[in-house]
Amino acid sequence: MKFLDEYRDSAAARKLANVIARTVTRPWTIMEVCGGQTHTIVKYGIDRVLPDCVELVHGPGCPVCVTSLEMIDRAHAIAARPDVTFCSFGDMLRVPGSHGDLLQLKSRGSDVRVVYSPLDAVQLAAANPNRQVVFFAIGFETTAPPNAMAVWMAKKRKLTNFSVLVSHVLVPPAMTAILESPRNRVQGFLGPGHVCTVMGCGEYGPIAERYRVPIVITGFEPLDLLEGVLRTVTQLEDGRYEVENQYSRAVPPKGNRQSLDLIGDVFEVCDRKWRGIGSIPLSGYRLRDDYREYDAERRFDVDRIETEESPRCISGEVLRGLKKPHDCPAFGQDCTPQNPLGATMVSSEGACAAYFAYGRHLEVIRRQTPALSATDG
Amino acid sequence: MTVPATPILSEGFGSCPVPMSRYDQILLGHGSGGQLTSEIIQRLFLPAFRDETLTALEDQATLALPGNRIAFTTDSFVVRPLFFPGGDIGKLAVYGTVNDLAVGGAKPLYLAAAFILEEGLPLKDLQRVAQSMRAACDEAGVRLVTGDTKVVDRGKGDQVFITTTGVGSVPPGRNLSIHNATPGDRILVSGTIGDHGIAVMSVREGIEFETVLESDCAPLTDLVRVMLDVCPGIRCMRDPTRGGVSGTLHELAAASNTGVKLTEASIPVRDEVRGACEMLGLDPLYVANEGKLIAVVPADAAAQILRAMRNHPLGRNAAIIGEVVSEHPGMVILRSLVGGERIVTQLAGEQLPRIC
Amino acid sequence: MCLGIPGKVVETYREHDVLMGKVAFGGVFKRVCLEHVPDVAIGEYVLVHVGFALNRIDEAEARRVFEFLNEMDQLQELEEVPP
Repeated sequence: MKFLDEYRDSAAARKLANVIARTVTRPWTIMEVCGGQTHTIVKYGIDRVLPDCVELVHGPGCPVCVTSLEMIDRAHAIAARPDVTFCSFGDMLRVPGSHGDLLQLKSRGSDVRVVYSPLDAVQLAAANPNRQVVFFAIGFETTAPPNAMAVWMAKKRKLTNFSVLVSHVLVPPAMTAILESPRNRVQGFLGPGHVCTVMGCGEYGPIAERYRVPIVITGFEPLDLLEGVLRTVTQLEDGRYEVENQYSRAVPPKGNRQSLDLIGDVFEVCDRKWRGIGSIPLSGYRLRDDYREYDAERRFDVDRIETEESPRCISGEVLRGLKKPHDCPAFGQDCTPQNPLGATMVSSEGACAAYFAYGRHLEVIRRQTPALSATDG
Repeated sequence: MTVPATPILSEGFGSCPVPMSRYDQILLGHGSGGQLTSEIIQRLFLPAFRDETLTALEDQATLALPGNRIAFTTDSFVVRPLFFPGGDIGKLAVYGTVNDLAVGGAKPLYLAAAFILEEGLPLKDLQRVAQSMRAACDEAGVRLVTGDTKVVDRGKGDQVFITTTGVGSVPPGRNLSIHNATPGDRILVSGTIGDHGIAVMSVREGIEFETVLESDCAPLTDLVRVMLDVCPGIRCMRDPTRGGVSGTLHELAAASNTGVKLTEASIPVRDEVRGACEMLGLDPLYVANEGKLIAVVPADAAAQILRAMRNHPLGRNAAIIGEVVSEHPGMVILRSLVGGERIVTQLAGEQLPRIC
Repeated sequence: MCLGIPGKVVETYREHDVLMGKVAFGGVFKRVCLEHVPDVAIGEYVLVHVGFALNRIDEAEARRVFEFLNEMDQLQELEEVPP
């Protein structure tokens, strides 16, 4: 497949890894922001081909992981209604709320459907006028244009049975929150490639400047990530802190004009609660007044549902790179991929799920080689 | 429910008042053991299968079995949609059970089929399923000799559920088992992976594709015969259905207390399946297959077995995808395209399309 | 948020007054909304996320990392030449 295969070439990857090894003179801690980037790193074992002194810390860029417990509970309340067909991206189905997940609701008779695209949900609404079709509009800025388009189309087609449950989150405020933490260890960022195809790179200059961190907007294939790391460590070694665009084949520096216009038309910035982190000001989108009639929270009167995070789940600290999964007392005991307490264990690129598998591996090695058990991995 | 316009008088007083003529849907009455049940059997199932043991309609089929070891297996089929590119629930129900017998080195001989039908199922769909099963039985060289039908209320079933039970004969000295895998053995796959699961997904509402992707549903008996002729010492074979290749390899690693090492570059995947998986964020290792097998073979026989497979119509894309190792018992490790290794985790549940 | 895959535009059409396209992903075709890449030409590649084209793929920029790697190769050859 063009524009994919060539970025997975092993000879090229080895070359980049060698150049990185020759470039670094001391340890560096870099955070990749997007869940999709984490996925590639784990899938291809990228962190294993990097020199040991380059540490990759997984960031909070997984909208599944950071959707607030409140919002999940509101989703469940809506999905449980007999007149509702609740449509969602596949990722969200196993995320636990206060009382189970959407899959369990489905097993008890609720009409919960996986859709590939928000536009499919609009089609469903048009084809089933006697059902209330609700779409769970989560995502970072990347998903804002398709979600906005769905609402815009529903309005254009005058559909009265379509609404969206909006839980958009924005990357720059999240990065700032991480950098503001006194325990922050991140020295450079692999920036969010697909967010920037929409938004452009402009928002990251002020962050790089203020916190003196290099930000390299990076893609999602192995060569992208390796090149992103190379550019970041080169800046770090040089003492520079600029924004670079590694993913230039897909990211126009000013973003996509039509998308920005539509987003501005349909959404406005608002405060948002991030699961495990808490409320971050001006870190989300909600529907503007002109589109408020499509807001599922209003239509189904669930905007007053409030919840408290479980004190046991430390997803928030893991998401900010402050703690590792095995620092959590519930990790591997009460909290496993089969019985997740929080989203970082459910999501396929959640740090906890990844560590759960890796941790077991380490344990097996430890048991086989007793001499090594003195040194902890 | 539509009742035909020409009513025919039913026989006798007190029998089922619904006219005994052709309906176009399954009614509750079809499951009650009376005239409607008889009609379904006589007019739909028996003509579809045309088997003399089945037609005898005894409560049981009495069969002659060669040898003194039989292989015995059962499986239920609940696939939705009922009809998908490359197959249907009936074909799956026959080949699925045949293959479970075949991969144990047995010669599949007889099948039983139990149907649970939902009230409202169009009869023409049931007919289509039955005819498909007959064709599959012929292709696989097995006979459907006994069956059962029940009907459940509308809304209490998913149109058709089929359970098939199969019996086959095992030649003396044949002892294939997943407990036999030994470090050093090679792991072979008979062809491209993920075809069936993606074919079914591609016609599912909300995810439809505009390309026809066909399921790889097929009977493996003959391919297995060819492989065992070349190397009677094959350790074991499995068909990687639910849970995909990953599921099967995890079962193998756990049962034989060995580890599995896979090489991503060796795993054959069709372009269309690859494109679909990239788009939906799925990993072909977890996607269901139907007409494929995994074989664990002694290292020195691997090349020869591979050649024999590639000469067979169902093994054209066969490949060696990995090996059995003594390290990390119970775990499956994959060497990725770019050289780094990762653990192939076991799925907690069904693999769903993702956006992240 | 992140799963964006390059696909080749093979057909475009309008539906409910929105620009749509048939896009190929290595052998499978899917309907994709092209409303935000209105100038896209047949045969060009777009980045698709949840059935929506976010942007066009720039071929020239796509080659850049490989040109860089080539330069690295050439440098290495130079370095290997004995003084």
